[in-house]
Amino acid sequence: MSSFIRWVDARFPLTKVWKEHFGEYYAPKNFNFLYYFGGILTVILIIQIVTGIILTMHYKPDVDLAFASVEYIMRDVPAGWFVRYLHSVGASMIFVALYVHMFRGLMYGSHRSPRELIWLLGMLLYVAMMAEAFFGYLLPWGNMSYWGAQVIVSLFGAIPFVGEGLAEWIRGDYVISDATLNRFFAFHVILLPLLLALLIYLHIVALHKVGSNNPDGVEIKQQKDETGKPLDGVPFHPYYTVKDTFGVGVFLTIYLAIVFFLPEFGGWFLEKDNFAPANILQTPPDIVPLWYLTPYYSILRAVTFEWLPGGAKLWGVIAMGGAIVIFFFLPWLDRSRVRSIRYRGWMFKTMLTLFVITFVMLGYLGTKNPGHVDLIWFKNVTWAQIGLVIYFAFFLLMPIYTRLDKTRPEPDRLVK
Amino acid sequence: MKKLLGLLFIVLIPFGAVASGGSNENLDTVHIDLSDTKSLQRGARTFVNYCLSCHGASYMRYERMAKDLKISDSLLRENLMFAADKPGELMMTTMPAEGAKQWFGVVPPDLSVTARYRRPDWIYTYLRSFYIDESSPTGWDNLVFPNVAMPNVLYRWQGGRIANFSESDGNKHFEGFEQLQPGEMTQEEFDLAIQDLTNFMVYLAEPAKLVRYRIGLWVIIFMVIFTIFAYFLYKEYWRDVR
Repeated sequence: MSSFIRWVDARFPLTKVWKEHFGEYYAPKNFNFLYYFGGILTVILIIQIVTGIILTMHYKPDVDLAFASVEYIMRDVPAGWFVRYLHSVGASMIFVALYVHMFRGLMYGSHRSPRELIWLLGMLLYVAMMAEAFFGYLLPWGNMSYWGAQVIVSLFGAIPFVGEGLAEWIRGDYVISDATLNRFFAFHVILLPLLLALLIYLHIVALHKVGSNNPDGVEIKQQKDETGKPLDGVPFHPYYTVKDTFGVGVFLTIYLAIVFFLPEFGGWFLEKDNFAPANILQTPPDIVPLWYLTPYYSILRAVTFEWLPGGAKLWGVIAMGGAIVIFFFLPWLDRSRVRSIRYRGWMFKTMLTLFVITFVMLGYLGTKNPGHVDLIWFKNVTWAQIGLVIYFAFFLLMPIYTRLDKTRPEPDRLVK
Repeated sequence: MKKLLGLLFIVLIPFGAVASGGSNENLDTVHIDLSDTKSLQRGARTFVNYCLSCHGASYMRYERMAKDLKISDSLLRENLMFAADKPGELMMTTMPAEGAKQWFGVVPPDLSVTARYRRPDWIYTYLRSFYIDESSPTGWDNLVFPNVAMPNVLYRWQGGRIANFSESDGNKHFEGFEQLQPGEMTQEEFDLAIQDLTNFMVYLAEPAKLVRYRIGLWVIIFMVIFTIFAYFLYKEYWRDVR
């Protein structure tokens, strides 16, 4: 065996890569459960790719056949229902893990210097993942697929001058049609998976260049023993591979429980309106995207001020786009002296808590009729407007409150 | 930080509990039991005899239904396959779509996944809510689905009823049904027949439901055991990490 490895090593840096990224990649010892989600994301992504390949073998991207081919998978393909549910539930599970993963970064300051590029690549991954989910959602050709795509693509129409032309260019038609279904299929199975793979590779290369952050915000590379090993680190393999196996086990148990017992998850993962084939003449009573996009949908619908120059729709689209884009600026908006929330003051803690509550609230409101009252006191649209203000205040006021905030000095070594 | 996490979980929990909206109709509750094969068989008989004449279930194969519902090949061929020659065929309707458009104004929707689109309670209540309305083209109307193009196909079972409404502030309020002609079944028998039919339609919408829970249980047991072993392996490796 070792002679074979030597043969390969003379031609390809196999041992070197293994050592750099697994065997001698030192990760901080103090990861808590929030650090499982990077590994979990990798595992679900692999599941999505494998199930996706199987689904592609049976699915037909044609407006006359698409809906029936999904039902064919559900009934006639052996274990087709299992593969399909793994994929449809997997989409939601990716976003569950993704949001926890992002929140973890926000909490422990993983976006701070020198990890800005990891954050930026991660944000690109987030946007690419949203696009991947959006394109995939059209494929079953259910009525909500159709109208969801219709609404989202028409948003591009709000852009002055070029908007209508742009929307038409995306659809390849005046409405969502066979042309749209075919190109969305191409994007979903080729373009975005390739892009995601590339971005994940870069995300991990960047991470392994600077090393992992941790709940204490300590740079473990600055404290090494006489052999040059970080005092507060352990090799990724076997320590974190074995720990992540446990974490992935817990997550997969929950994931599979949903797949087998609650695949629709009460309408949150598979909407009932999507069990009727796309019908151009029948708009569903409430057009809503799936839950992971609803915070932004809420922000879009919160802008109802027609007196704005260019109209409310344009500004709604700007607010929605801005809500995503502003995440990219986080490393430079955060002016705190410390990284981790453990050493930050009450202002950041309060703002982060408010932000998380707001994000969840916006997500909930995005599934509801804006004119109704589903929370207390005000109509949904009013709450969404309050949410919009808090959402942007969290980011735009960040340079101020993070600087004013009273912090405690970060330690040099991990706190036992 | 712990507080923060706790808070996050509290906010996320209701996600599972909230169903995706719905109308405010007063629907009767139907008892769905897919392990009751006899009920599914009775529902299948009603479905093939009454529904399939106009509606298709065109994603479903006769053969699969017979296998799942433990119906023998001869029984299937003699009693349930009126519109097909081979058991492997899809359960298509014989009514031509063009004709349907002329006769009813719309093509009757395919019923394969209807129980996932409409809730079982809706189907159960809808099928029991027809009443005679001379002003409508078919002579029938429905309380759950006003101005529906479908007539009361099960009229012979249920008999003819009219609905009484009272008017106040310009709104019509439903007061109750009044039986004009008796049907072949009593109210209880009819409710039971519709329950069987609804039960069958829930099966029809997702045949995998018959095996999903059973396999799922074993998968979860396996995953729990695997995870427990993974946990002890992790603890073993980390014992010397201080």
